[in-house]
Amino acid sequence: MNAKTKELLGAYLALLRGQVHSLTSYRASFAVELFSNLGGTTLDVLTVLVVFRATRSVAGFSLIEGLLMVSLSSLGFAMADFAVGNIDRLKNYVRTGTMDAVLVRPLAALPQLLLMDLPLRKALRLVVSGAVLVVALRSNDIVWTPSRVVLLVLAPVAGAVFFSSIFVLSASLTFWWIDSGELGSSFTYGGRDFTAYPVPVYAGWFRAVFAYAMGFGFVAYQPALALLGRADPLGLPSWAGFLSPLVAVVAAFFAAVVWRAGIRHYRSTGS
Amino acid sequence: MDGLDARVRWISAGGWVRNSVTTFGALSWSGFRRYSTYRQATIAGAFTNTVFGFLRCYVLLAVVAGAGGSAPGGYRPDQLATFVWVGQGLLTVVALWGWTELSDRIRSGDITADLLRPVHPVIGFLAPDLGRAGHAMLFRFLPPLAVGALFFDLYVPGRPCTIPLFALSILFATVGSLAIRYLVNATAYWLHDARGPMTLWTLSSGVLAGLSFPLRFLPDWLAITLWIATPFPGLLQTPLDVLIERDPPPRQLALVALQAVWATSLLVLAVLVQRRAERRLVAHCG
Repeated sequence: MNAKTKELLGAYLALLRGQVHSLTSYRASFAVELFSNLGGTTLDVLTVLVVFRATRSVAGFSLIEGLLMVSLSSLGFAMADFAVGNIDRLKNYVRTGTMDAVLVRPLAALPQLLLMDLPLRKALRLVVSGAVLVVALRSNDIVWTPSRVVLLVLAPVAGAVFFSSIFVLSASLTFWWIDSGELGSSFTYGGRDFTAYPVPVYAGWFRAVFAYAMGFGFVAYQPALALLGRADPLGLPSWAGFLSPLVAVVAAFFAAVVWRAGIRHYRSTGS
Repeated sequence: MDGLDARVRWISAGGWVRNSVTTFGALSWSGFRRYSTYRQATIAGAFTNTVFGFLRCYVLLAVVAGAGGSAPGGYRPDQLATFVWVGQGLLTVVALWGWTELSDRIRSGDITADLLRPVHPVIGFLAPDLGRAGHAMLFRFLPPLAVGALFFDLYVPGRPCTIPLFALSILFATVGSLAIRYLVNATAYWLHDARGPMTLWTLSSGVLAGLSFPLRFLPDWLAITLWIATPFPGLLQTPLDVLIERDPPPRQLALVALQAVWATSLLVLAVLVQRRAERRLVAHCG
């Protein structure tokens, strides 16, 4: 490791230490937030349970199959939200001019923005989502093969990369449209809600756009089908579930390109 | 100054009632005008509501389809579609989320300026909030509803009393919501940072008000408990049930009356909390 890398790492570490320090200074506030986040994930899962309880099957899928999809989706989302979810504050940074300060520092913009507010409070979400996934895996009758074990590991990671890319893409909007407000949440939180249910629930062009054009169908639905060994009622082959890492890489590529273009396009708001 | 400021025009011979009404009206109009300047954010928000309308609508329609003839929660498909689309519009009217004005002012100390005004702080926030709600009725309520009507079969209410009752119900929902938001924000008087209570409120309000799913999907005992013991169903579920005529008129009326009781009690509670907080604030600064 040369001196320059060391210096860079030191700078990032200083940002991280600042975050940890602020957590230890406002302990009660941190505890409340940690608890609220725990409740949030639980409520997401409960919502799916209530919806399935009101009926016999949703688009031909049973409760436990639905549980597998929602847990894959929520684990991927929780990891992405933990790692890069803060990027949705970018619009505030751009509007208030904080972004200028970020850009003049001799560090990369994205890691700085992520470290400016590390959401340690979101850590418990990972635990809840993971626990639900274990329950879903145990209650479904899954015939374990080596390829399915690999898929089980790959799918949440791919989901996390995919959702992270969506977070970055949505946030990049703000470089071109400062007042885009809540628009980004249609794709971040909207995407999470979309992936929580089997894709055949949706119909028409809406399904085509979200599931296939934007790729949300490959986050939880297709991998879940492959794990369960169920044929896709919409006709995609069984190996479609294994496409999720590929879809995630494509999304990450897009996100990187758009982010770079956004940073270059950025003109300070002058405030 | 063209008469749009918050001063009571005490010079006029109008008397106390007229002055109060004028002040309240001016404050409400200022709320309306303030939100009409956020044009781009309004468009972005309406777009987001529309996307979520599609998401929720498809899910609930799949629930009906999977129920095999029985009506989940006692709703027909067109009633559920209306429930979702009108719900997405109402969400911004009652402003369930994102209102941190009071807690921000408490943290920054600006609240002391509000206390000097001749208008009670609760009224000083309620009046502009009603103006904001009026703006949202025009620009955030109608667009998602129009898109929903374009792509789905929506329920058209048949009873003549439904629309006036719906309007009244929206009013109580907005007032009730402001009172709760006021109380949540007011925790900043004691905690300095209302972020924790705010997160808790954001999370629970969506589910408990009927945004995530109609509360009648829950077991009866739980739904009834929520309705009577908490103000949450009065924020969304009640106006929506009134509009889609889920219940016979007497029960509709009873639900709206329950909303009114909750809204009034919460507003009174907000005034009481404000009084306690002012005493504390004096001790804190002095």
